[in-house]
Amino acid sequence: MSLWEYANPVKFLGLSERLLPWLWGLAAVCLGVGLTWGFFFTPDDFRQGASVKIIYLHVPSALMAINAWFMMLAASLIWIVRRHHVSALAARAAAPVGIVMTLIALFTGAVWGQPIWGTWWVWDPRLTSFLILFLFYLGYVALWEAIEDPDTAADLTSILCLVGTVFAVLSRYAVLFWNQGLHQGASLSLDKEENVADVFYIPLLVCIAGFVALFLALVLYRTGTEIRVRRTRALMARQMRAEVRDA
Amino acid sequence: MPDLGKYAEAVLWAYGVSLLLIAAIVVLSLWRGRRVRAEMEETEQHSDG
Repeated sequence: MSLWEYANPVKFLGLSERLLPWLWGLAAVCLGVGLTWGFFFTPDDFRQGASVKIIYLHVPSALMAINAWFMMLAASLIWIVRRHHVSALAARAAAPVGIVMTLIALFTGAVWGQPIWGTWWVWDPRLTSFLILFLFYLGYVALWEAIEDPDTAADLTSILCLVGTVFAVLSRYAVLFWNQGLHQGASLSLDKEENVADVFYIPLLVCIAGFVALFLALVLYRTGTEIRVRRTRALMARQMRAEVRDA
Repeated sequence: MPDLGKYAEAVLWAYGVSLLLIAAIVVLSLWRGRRVRAEMEETEQHSDG
């Protein structure tokens, strides 16, 4: 069995129908447990007080905002190289989910920053690259909507995705490239010294699992919707051609 | 409800807006998915007929 089998829309829809109930369920359970645990049953941080509870939304959403773009990059590259329509549609389906994740990360970062840093916003390398990534998401969706021919739209949005990847990488690694700015280093690290304390870490991992499952469920479901839109358009075009021929 | 002290406003805004955005993308995706599925089925019936 090859992964490329799922470039066939019928096989892709069959697989997603089987996976979706599990992914929706996993997302609901992990988000329910993780957010309840984080909000109600974790202690305050010795320096940041109860504001640390924002970490259960901010870190998973920021992680997914960046990784959603990388998923779109992979799908765009598959489209450019192999011309599989399902991959182009999957990239298109992921973009609005990425926008929501980026918005959550930006909003929670601002309301967390205000009491801790004393400002809603600062032109810090990580924050700035994240804002530019958000604008790239908006541009990506606008470009899909602006071009009528779906193959041309897929080509141009794939190129835009390649360019925007620079800012996805910067958003991820800005704190390592520039040793400046207000934003702290990574909350999750393989170095135990840098990691957040276990009491915050475990519910945070549960929330991250919930966000990953939610992202996968949304992208699979929305890709199915895009495939059906494409099929409906193809059927309508065929009907119109038949009507013209008969007339 | 835990005692959020002086950070109550920030924490509650963060949770409120985030959960609203998540609910919005889920509901809109499901709503559009159902509408598109119904349209496709209708078009398929037309083309079969």
